[in-house]
Formats: sequence, structure tokens, C-alpha cells
Amino acid sequence: MRMTEAEWRDLVICLLCLGVAACFPWMVGAYWLSIGVSIAMFTVLSTSWAIFSGPTHFISLATAAFFGVGAYVVGIGIDYLPYYVLLPIAAVLGGLLAFLVGLATLRLSGVYFVIFTLGLAEFLRQMITWVQNISGTKGMYVLTSITEEHIYWQLLALAAGVWFSGWMIGRMRLGFALRIIGDDETVAKHVGINTSRAKVLLFMLPGSVAALAGAIIAPRYVYIEPSIAFTPMLSFQVVIMALLGGTGRLWGPLVGVIPFTLLWEVISISAPNQTTLLLGVSFLVIVYFLPKGFVGLVASIKRHSSIRGAQ
Amino acid sequence: MISALSLHAVTKRFGGLVAVNRLEFDVVENQVMGLIGPNGSGKSTVLNLISGAFPLSAGTIRMHGNIISNLQSQDVARRGVGRTFQLVRLLSSMTVLENVKAGTVFGYKRRWGAEADTYAEAMLERVGLGGRGDMSVGQLTYIDTKRLELARVLAGDPKIILLDEWLAGLNPTELGQGINLIRSLRDDGKTIILVEHVMDAIRSLCDECVVMAAGMKIAQGKPEQVLSNSEVIRAYLGDDDA
Repeated sequence: MRMTEAEWRDLVICLLCLGVAACFPWMVGAYWLSIGVSIAMFTVLSTSWAIFSGPTHFISLATAAFFGVGAYVVGIGIDYLPYYVLLPIAAVLGGLLAFLVGLATLRLSGVYFVIFTLGLAEFLRQMITWVQNISGTKGMYVLTSITEEHIYWQLLALAAGVWFSGWMIGRMRLGFALRIIGDDETVAKHVGINTSRAKVLLFMLPGSVAALAGAIIAPRYVYIEPSIAFTPMLSFQVVIMALLGGTGRLWGPLVGVIPFTLLWEVISISAPNQTTLLLGVSFLVIVYFLPKGFVGLVASIKRHSSIRGAQ
Repeated sequence: MISALSLHAVTKRFGGLVAVNRLEFDVVENQVMGLIGPNGSGKSTVLNLISGAFPLSAGTIRMHGNIISNLQSQDVARRGVGRTFQLVRLLSSMTVLENVKAGTVFGYKRRWGAEADTYAEAMLERVGLGGRGDMSVGQLTYIDTKRLELARVLAGDPKIILLDEWLAGLNPTELGQGINLIRSLRDDGKTIILVEHVMDAIRSLCDECVVMAAGMKIAQGKPEQVLSNSEVIRAYLGDDDA
């Protein structure tokens, strides 16, 4: 595969940034590291979400479902299998679940998809609660020697993997197919694109990544129960952060994740009951002022300055 | 003579409404077939049935002898059937060149990378949009959007091209150019089916015409013959003028 000079430059910049980010745990204390973990987690979730939902405009609220599946794979499996075997199992199960959900719903229009994905997380949560009630067990303990630093580095590596996948998909026929589908699905079909297959394939990426993220995070929770692993709030946070940053570019979600996570942290400390308000206000800001997120804002500033420069 | 496309007892019902009723006709390879008739007679529906946009209620459509009426539109497209839409459909977030590339990357003959770019540029040249690949779709005039849609279809190198009122709304100069363009496609060996209201175009382009009224075929033949047929005149103008 041939790469242009600009692409090599971008690649070097990305690797440098990742290198600096990898040194983060040595530069800060425990408090900032825990915020670093949150930022890394939401970067992984929002970026993989945007790779699918950005071009197709299908809003998925299933993040919590996949995330919970991943967390439960570790919760159930940790007593029987080594931790590093559980991670690929979580990824495969998440991908498989996304495949099934995709087959069932991606032929339908967007609205049904949104509702179905929201319902899926809730359904899994209730199912597990029900099973626990019958069997008499409550939550599960995940006791490992994995430290916060390890979790951070794993999430960072996963983020690098997600960015790389997104970049590859953008260069593949699949990426082009998804942009066409997002613009006009009728045209997409009539130029020969199997639109259902393309959407289902791509939906497996956020499914698999979110399950993997859930599995990586599980040791941090120590105690896992359905209301933590399958919290619907997670799905909404991921959507808001991705849209705030903008889905048009791979780095877009990151630009949304950082300020939003910090703001969320401040509000959680000072006024814990007002986090939902933050979610709502952010949503209004996106709809009214930043329909294309920070990415769109940057693009329009660039355009204006170039017009002014031309005059 | 080989039938490029052959419709047998093709029927489409929307609920109780029979939009296309046991329609039969064959399209000879490398000819221009005109599908004409008053508004609401089911012409566009026929194109939608051929291109796989709607499933048939009954009947079969064959392409070179193989049934294509059970296929979805992406598979029909991959067999070499390209189409334009009555209301032009372009990809608004993409450049002019990317719009054309969309036609060649997944279609009947597939190209990718530099080859797709070169071919897409050649197709833009062909329809008279040469060198405008970097423009955005919003900057195009009405006729240019029609040209662009045709370039996308041509980029897939289809054997059969379906044109849904592609010449409608053009001024006389543009109409002349459009007619020449379609004729040049036939000269390249394409088979063309056009749904059209512009009678000048039908007379000068079509090798054969099928006239539809209320979902049924009421006449078939050379343009001059069918247009003087009394039943056709009645369908268009009402009883008094026949």
C-alpha cells in the first residue's frame, strides 16, 4: 500500500502523541490517572461508535449492551480462565452479538434501530438480574492483580487499534460504500452495494470494541452487577461525546471526550445530581450550535479565514 | 436478434391498485426502446421493477435469458443494469468525481484506486463535465446534475441503461446535446430503455416504442406507427380527438 508524504507525517505525529500518552501514568498521581482511564475508555467507545454511526447515520444506543457483555465475560470467566484469554472471548462475543443485532435491525429504518439498541441493553440487564434472582447470587467479584496503569495502557493500545481500523476502513471499498449509504441508500443499492452486508459488517466493529473495553475495565470495578455493567447512561454519554467532537474525522470524538469527561468529573464532585442536566444541555448545544461537532466548527473557521484571505 | 431484456406477464400491485398489469415486451440488444404513455400509466414503475427497486407481484424479467426479477437491486446492478432516477439522486456530501466513482467501484465492471479515478474522469469527459471533478454537487446546474447522474451510471459500464425522464426539463440546446449523447451510447453497444415525454426525442432516438396506459401495454412498434395509432392518441388526449 502506497502512502503519501502527508500520511507519513500524520502517522509520525500520531505515534508521538501515543508515546506521550503512554507516559501519562508516570507523570501524574492516582487521581489524574483515574481520569486518564475514563478518557481512554470513552475515546475507545466514542471513536468506534463514530466509525459506524458517522457515515451511516444509524444512532446506536447498544454500547452499554456490548460493554456489559464484555464485563460479564471477565466477571464469570475470571475464576476459570486466565485474564488475557478472556479479552479475545469478549471481543468475539461482542462482535457476534452485534452481528445478530445488525441482521435483525439494520434492514429497518433508523428509528427502529435506535429503539432496538436501547432496548437490547435493558433486556440483557433484566435477564441477568432475573437469572441472579433465581440462582440467588448477587453481583460478582473480579479480583485480579491488574493495576490502574495496566488498564490505562490496555485502553490506549485499544484506542490505537480503533484509530488504525478506522483509517484502514476509510481506505477500503467498505469505507467508501458506507459514505454512499449515508448519503443515499437507494443510490448505494443501485450502484451494486450490498447495503445490509456492509452495515452489519461495520456494526461488528463498535460491538467488538465495546465488549473488549468492558472486559478491560471490569477489574477496575472489582464488584460487577447488572446496573453497573449495563447502565444505559454509558450509551448516551458515548453518543453525546462523539457528536460533540464530530464524527467527520477520526480524531473528532477525542476532541469531544476530553472536555466532556473533565466537565463530568467537576460536576460529579460539586453537584452529583446534576450530571443528567449536563447530558441534556450538551445535547441542546450540539443540536443548536454544533451540529457537526468541534470538527465542523474547525472546518467552518478554516473556510471563513480562507475566504477572507482571498478577498 | 437477441433479447437483451424480456418481460413476461409482469405485474405489480400496490395494495388494491394494479400499477402494471401483465406487461410483455422484449428489448432487442443494442437498440433504444422508448417506454411512453400518459402520467400514471406505470412507466416508472416498470423501470423500478427491472432495476430491482420493487419486487414483482407476478411475472418474470429475464436478461439475456437469465431471470433477474428475483434479485435485489444491488445484484441487478452487478449483472450490468444501470439506471438514472426521475428525480435526480446524487451523493451530496461528495465531490463530483466521487459521485462518478461510486458507480465504478461496486458495479458490473469494478475498478478501484487510481484506475477508478482515471475511469471516472473519462466518464465526466464523456458527459461534458470534464475537469469539474473537484466541484461540489451543490455547485452544479440542473442539466449538469443530470449529466453527473448519467456519468455515474456509465462508470459501472452497464450493458443495459434505464433512463427515467432523463431529457425532461432541458432547454432546446441541451436537449440536442442530450439526444446526441444517448445516441452515442447506443453506438457503443449499450441497450437503452427510456421513459420519456419529450416526443422529439422519442422520434429521433427510439428504434421501438411500447405505449402504456393504466398499467397495460396498448401499442408497440416504430415511433411513427405507434404515435399515429388511434388508441394511443385516445390514451393521451381523450376520446374526442381520436
